[in-house]
Amino acid sequence: MENTVKQFPPFREAPAHADHGHDHDAHHDHGHDHAGHEEHHEPGWMSKYIFSTDHKVIGIQYGLMSLLFMLFGFGLMILMRWQIANPAKPVPFLGPLLEKMLGQVASHGVISPELYNSFGAMHGTIMVFLGVVPLAFAAFGNYVVPLMIGAPDMTFPRINMASFHAFFLGGLVMLVSFFIPGGAAQAGWTSYSPLATTIPTNGQAFWLVGMVLLITSSLLGAVNFIATIIQLRAPGMTWMRLPFFVWAQFVTAFILLLAFPPLEAAGLLQLMDNVAHTSFFLPTGLAVGGRLADISGGGSPLLWQHLFWFLGHPEVYVLILPAMGIVCEVIVNNTRKPVYGYKSLVYSALFVGFLSFIVWAHHMYMTGMGQKIATFFQATTMIISIPSVIILTCLFISLWGGSIRFNTPMLFALAFLPMFGIGGLTGLPLGLAPADLYLHDTYYIIAHFHYVVAPGTIFGLFAGVYYWYPKITGRFMNEFWGRVHFACSFVFMNIVFMPMFLQGIKGMLRRMSDGAANYSAARVPGAIDTLPDNIIHLNHFILWAAVALGVAQIPFIINVFWSISHGEKVTSDNPWHATTLEWQTPTPPPHGNFTVEPQIARGPYEYSVPGAPTDFTPQNDPADKKATVAH
Amino acid sequence: MEIPYTTTARPDTGLYNAKLGIWLFLASEVMLFGGLFSAYVLLRVGAPEGFWPHGWLSVTLGTVNTLILALSAITTLLAWVACKVGDFRKFKMFHAFTLLLALTFLCVKSYEYHDKWIHYEIHLKDGRIADGHLEEQDDQTVTILGRIIPGDQEQLLYDLRSQKNIPKDEIKLDRSNILKMENYGPRHNTFTAIYFTMTGLHALHILGGCVVIGFLWGPGTRMWKTDHERFTNRIEISGLFWHFVDLVWIFLFPVLYLT
Repeated sequence: MENTVKQFPPFREAPAHADHGHDHDAHHDHGHDHAGHEEHHEPGWMSKYIFSTDHKVIGIQYGLMSLLFMLFGFGLMILMRWQIANPAKPVPFLGPLLEKMLGQVASHGVISPELYNSFGAMHGTIMVFLGVVPLAFAAFGNYVVPLMIGAPDMTFPRINMASFHAFFLGGLVMLVSFFIPGGAAQAGWTSYSPLATTIPTNGQAFWLVGMVLLITSSLLGAVNFIATIIQLRAPGMTWMRLPFFVWAQFVTAFILLLAFPPLEAAGLLQLMDNVAHTSFFLPTGLAVGGRLADISGGGSPLLWQHLFWFLGHPEVYVLILPAMGIVCEVIVNNTRKPVYGYKSLVYSALFVGFLSFIVWAHHMYMTGMGQKIATFFQATTMIISIPSVIILTCLFISLWGGSIRFNTPMLFALAFLPMFGIGGLTGLPLGLAPADLYLHDTYYIIAHFHYVVAPGTIFGLFAGVYYWYPKITGRFMNEFWGRVHFACSFVFMNIVFMPMFLQGIKGMLRRMSDGAANYSAARVPGAIDTLPDNIIHLNHFILWAAVALGVAQIPFIINVFWSISHGEKVTSDNPWHATTLEWQTPTPPPHGNFTVEPQIARGPYEYSVPGAPTDFTPQNDPADKKATVAH
Repeated sequence: MEIPYTTTARPDTGLYNAKLGIWLFLASEVMLFGGLFSAYVLLRVGAPEGFWPHGWLSVTLGTVNTLILALSAITTLLAWVACKVGDFRKFKMFHAFTLLLALTFLCVKSYEYHDKWIHYEIHLKDGRIADGHLEEQDDQTVTILGRIIPGDQEQLLYDLRSQKNIPKDEIKLDRSNILKMENYGPRHNTFTAIYFTMTGLHALHILGGCVVIGFLWGPGTRMWKTDHERFTNRIEISGLFWHFVDLVWIFLFPVLYLT
């Protein structure tokens, strides 16, 4: 089939010839034009890699940047874990470097409480807004979505480029804020007012400017994704023939489009509070350091929380939906049978997207916003777990009776299911106000959302990297080291986060730079409800598991770069024998993607169709084989 | 490689790409301003009884600006129609009007900002409050055009609608008598804060619209000859944005000026 493909004129290269595309002379002329065209437009290094408008290059740019940011965010976390386990002890190896770079806040290589707060705020911000979202949505979405729907590129390639540049600038602003006097933002990734305004550092203003840039970036991306999926589906690619990954990205894009702007509004207001000294979020009678603050007052701290969580909760589904999409693709491909309940998956994703806008205040049970409001949000929160469970269940049932290939992407995808399950189920008590009052702001909630995002989403993303790597580079990643990476990550990830449930249930609060030593039984003997020693000692345990988790990523990093030139070469354009369209292009796909406009004849997961010559039938295989032969 | 449906509509959606794109962008803008309007609602509901300002802004100027934007919406539409029928001179003329009207709007807006900026509330050491426009000031004295009210009647400053003929006298104040002096800038209270923020963001949108329409009116007209249909689409897209910006003002005007 691939041979036939190459005889056709390049897809949509010259619309003028489209009418007589089958005419031999026209065909010939066209090929000639094409060659001249390419010679003329040989792009330079800058326009090829920095100012590229090709969705695949932009996807790779996003991917590399976000992986770097994730590594950086992980590094901040290791430093924090050191401080939690060994309060006020100098950081080994990195201590002098920290002192040299950051000065006073890290004197003698010890992480001061202020610096700990900065690290905490920036770890969250970087992981969510500069790590996982850009990787899950922008990187994979950019690379894969146009290929999957049979499009030559995104609808607005230049806007796509602008989106990446805004993201890059936003990241830069965030990083620069570490080095300004006072250091980076310290009010947590949630930036609650009035704390965010009263802390004496300009880091918060940098954070807000950075966020505005990142929001602009995701807005441009979201518009592009939705327009691309609606407008550029190839002929025959109806809505119910879209791969689930595309649906997941589609819903994610809508969430980003509609949920991010209120945070931008909130960010503008907080920026006004910080820079123009307004009082949007500052209440009357606010005292700072024992003195009445010189402000007009009259603002509402609760307003910030409403606006923040109006983004914040949909954001959770921005983090999880693309990973679910990737996991679905990988599982279906490796079980060699159609996905169970395709329509249920699609409608669940849409329902999750809609409901995610009306659950936000379950983050705010402790604020005293009122029992009636809390009741409403408890109800919606319980309801939103239903579609999530449907998605997970469909993926589980898809495994039933399949002849499963256990390769690295599949291992990560399989691990996603129980890990996300743990994250989701431990969220239920947090969705109910009475239980939340106790568990709120403890390590329990840290464990809960990290189970959703770290062994959940990030495992899904690893699955995606291993799965699409052969399409991007034309080579496989090393399978053995992939498995080592998986096994170690799986074990240490659980050792890091499982004990935190215990710590949280015992009442250990988050955001304490001394790792709760002040509340330990050892520090205040005889007092009731102190934290027993074994709970405090878990901090050491977690620290070394986290370090080991970091070491476990080294094979992955080496594997990614080594395999570009040394990996096992793929022997066909479709090495996994997949049905979806991204595998029906040349490897790696050229600018413009498809050599011939794909005509889609069937749904996305036609595996093991009885009577078919192979156990996979690509979406663009002609519906009637005889017709093609005659053609 | 060419991206399909850049100028012609996709048959099953009936839209060309940019038109869908701008509608999505506007949906996001609705959420942005929606966030700010809900902030307005919460701040206003949370203000103490009698301390939410009424009648601080000039309804006359607000009405003038509303009419200016409404008129510019019409000229934008006519400019698009001129594109559709291929009348270049009319297109140039109508969009010239749009630009002029937009700039007039910004001028009126800056006058209003300036008016608030030089308006001071001055708390005196004897407890009274002086309130009015700054005439002149030096090291020793401050002269305002306004009135002085007793400290316990501060509410008079907030409800200006119910007061007729507010006196405007020239008052000279000794700096040594002044406890605190603050203009009606964003930090004055939550009303001025939300007023400056929302109208400021709106003005930035107007400015952005001016840049885009100005480009299409000036250097962008090259496309009129090379790809007329696409140029017309561009005018339509920028027009949709412009109408949205007008619409935001239609909400801002009653919310800030009339209530």
